[in-house]
Amino acid sequence: MLTHVRAAIASLVVFTVVTGVAYPVLVTLIAQLVFPHQANGSLIVKGGKTVGSTLIGQPFDAPTYFWGRPSATSPFGYNAGSSGASNLSPTNADLVKSVQGRVDALRAADPGNTAPVPVDLVTASGSGLDPHISPAAALYQVGRVAKTRKLDESIVHGLVAQHTEGRLFGALGEPRVNVLELNLALDSR
Amino acid sequence: MTANGVLQLVFYMVVLLVLAKPLGAYMARVYEGRPIVLDRVLGWLERLVYRASGVTPELEMGWKTYALTMLLFNLAGVLAAYALQRLQGVLPLNPAALGAVSPDSSFNTAVSFATNTNWQGYGGETTMSYLTQMLALTVQNFVSAATGMAVAVALIRGFARRSAETIGNFWVDLTRTTLYILLPLSFVFALVLVSQGVVQTFSPYAKVAVVQPTEYDEPVTDKDAKPVLDEKGQPKTKKSTLTEQVIAVGPAASQIAIKQLGTNGGGFFNVNSAHPFENPTPLSNFLELLAILQISAALCYTFGVMVGDTRQGWAVLAAMTVIFVALLVVCVVAEQNGSVFVKQGVDHTASALQSGGNMEGKEVRFGIANSALWATATTSASNGSVNSMHDSFTPIGGLVPMWLIQLGEVIYGGVGSGLYGMLMFAIIAVFVAGLMVGRTPEYLGKKIESYEMKMSSLVILITPALVLIGTSIGVVTAAGKAGIANPGIHGFSEILYAFSSASNNNGSAFAGLSANTPFYNTALGLCMLFGRYWLAVPVLAIAGALARKKIVPVGAGTLPTHTPLFVGLLVGVVLLVGALTFVPALALGPIVEHLTW
Repeated sequence: MLTHVRAAIASLVVFTVVTGVAYPVLVTLIAQLVFPHQANGSLIVKGGKTVGSTLIGQPFDAPTYFWGRPSATSPFGYNAGSSGASNLSPTNADLVKSVQGRVDALRAADPGNTAPVPVDLVTASGSGLDPHISPAAALYQVGRVAKTRKLDESIVHGLVAQHTEGRLFGALGEPRVNVLELNLALDSR
Repeated sequence: MTANGVLQLVFYMVVLLVLAKPLGAYMARVYEGRPIVLDRVLGWLERLVYRASGVTPELEMGWKTYALTMLLFNLAGVLAAYALQRLQGVLPLNPAALGAVSPDSSFNTAVSFATNTNWQGYGGETTMSYLTQMLALTVQNFVSAATGMAVAVALIRGFARRSAETIGNFWVDLTRTTLYILLPLSFVFALVLVSQGVVQTFSPYAKVAVVQPTEYDEPVTDKDAKPVLDEKGQPKTKKSTLTEQVIAVGPAASQIAIKQLGTNGGGFFNVNSAHPFENPTPLSNFLELLAILQISAALCYTFGVMVGDTRQGWAVLAAMTVIFVALLVVCVVAEQNGSVFVKQGVDHTASALQSGGNMEGKEVRFGIANSALWATATTSASNGSVNSMHDSFTPIGGLVPMWLIQLGEVIYGGVGSGLYGMLMFAIIAVFVAGLMVGRTPEYLGKKIESYEMKMSSLVILITPALVLIGTSIGVVTAAGKAGIANPGIHGFSEILYAFSSASNNNGSAFAGLSANTPFYNTALGLCMLFGRYWLAVPVLAIAGALARKKIVPVGAGTLPTHTPLFVGLLVGVVLLVGALTFVPALALGPIVEHLTW
């Protein structure tokens, strides 16, 4: 019995050193050497200032910017220190009410637009940090952004097209638009 | 379903099944002790483990010793993981200065990771220091997976051997699994994930200035950090402006690689693989999805090789695949076509410009097909990682993952545990067939007698008992009901899902349920313990009993177990047991919810 106990403890110690220390440290060393940008959070640096990460969405609610997915993190949306989802069921009246509120907010910011609202623009993402919206959700907002920025719609359309990423090999994943990158491109025009 | 959706699902299944053979053959070499390339690279480490722990690798064990050493090793793991969480406040590598985890949450998490469940009552980036993530969680990710695979291999040896007293050496199986299978796969996989954007750093959380400062309602707290309530009892808030975003990072890739491969599922971040740093691209998503089922699928082939008839392995794999594909289709269709928020003026139809469907709790880069595929895969294997929130699925979309868990995690299942669970069902299936024709049942040349039947019945009955009794306690006690987030029928589903997930060692959740309370931490912790070891020990007992038997020659009355007929029989038994046990409970939850929606 005692030999088994000894073996259990000793092997746990060795496995802790191998899989808990050596393995993550070795992966970190190689990652920092070969993929430093990705390993540190794909941060975007503009004029010496870090303005965000390409993979982490930011809150936008001004009509001059494209809006991202609603975010359920607390106490504010897009809290990248504490990811979270609403976990509300589509049968829950509270969720239906929130969706109605978001639809109303979009309509209020763009009174002329009566098209149905793309579903991803009024439903909270799984992470609360989704950096993307669907191309449909971007196109829905082109008119508003162009009007409030006094730009020609075709220019804004062009920027959306530029920041639209298709499926990998035309098959994997879904087409998407990176909201932060698109808004940064708008600002630097 | 969209055409592209079908294409993505078919592509996934093809790659999964094609890779099962080479990986399965490799694993058979590892377990049979035949030479492999990695001997030369890691052989010294294997010998070091044996020397440090005083183990003689050539000395084989009977089933009782095998079970005892397995339990002792797992106990040591639970204690170490518990201690590390309780002490993390005074230990190094804690840049976010996180304090000790509460005793009940530490117990729950220690058990959760040691039993390969990886139920998470806590939020990763707000609870666990880097040191805890590495030394407690990553280590248990490896060794709990290796434990499951060791038990499965011991059972396979029980079938393969004749008139033998031993079923292998636990320390050898544990060590060889970790060093030659899990570690090299994880190492390569982690680096591929980093290339896609998964973070891997020991630096503290990053801070960035947001592009558009936004206003939000900040909860007002008193000096003890408790929320202040207004006269109506609602939390008081004040207007605040958000100018800075704190971005949690950490050594994530190394942990994510093994959490996917070892059917662990415990995320580095709170929202698991929905987090863009945990699963940033369609490619990372495809590979993480593949990793969920790959080892479990390949182990079927390993089984075939080790019992000397690969057709037996393919038959088991085929039965798993039939059930998987059928339920996958149901889940995708429910999520894609569920008519959500139409009255609110929302467009949810799929088109070239959007995936449409029920997007609440889902990420745009994954859309419907990949979210539903993940939900199905992660619950058929006992992985439990998520890339979308199951609680926000439509009633039928959410029924699929819940029922897959309740089937006992045998559709591919956990690494090792899925195969040994499915082989228990195979024993029941030959028994049922034997009853029909009035012959003593046999499987792989071994007579199935009353001892094996008693043990396999135990394995199949223990988890439903845990699920149903646990859920009943949850819905009648105040402490159980306090955690419910969605009112009404869906609240019942949240509790049913929690006990199903814990008892079957899955780890995913209808995460609206506030489960980080003493009641749930304790109740679910116990379910995880019983659901893991009360199954593993009877399985080892069967292994011991089978190893002792002689091989019965194949006769005219022998039921062949590699034919489509047997596959159909096995599928029937799994579904029948699962349906008879859980349809009443499911009827009270998702089915009524669907009908009243």
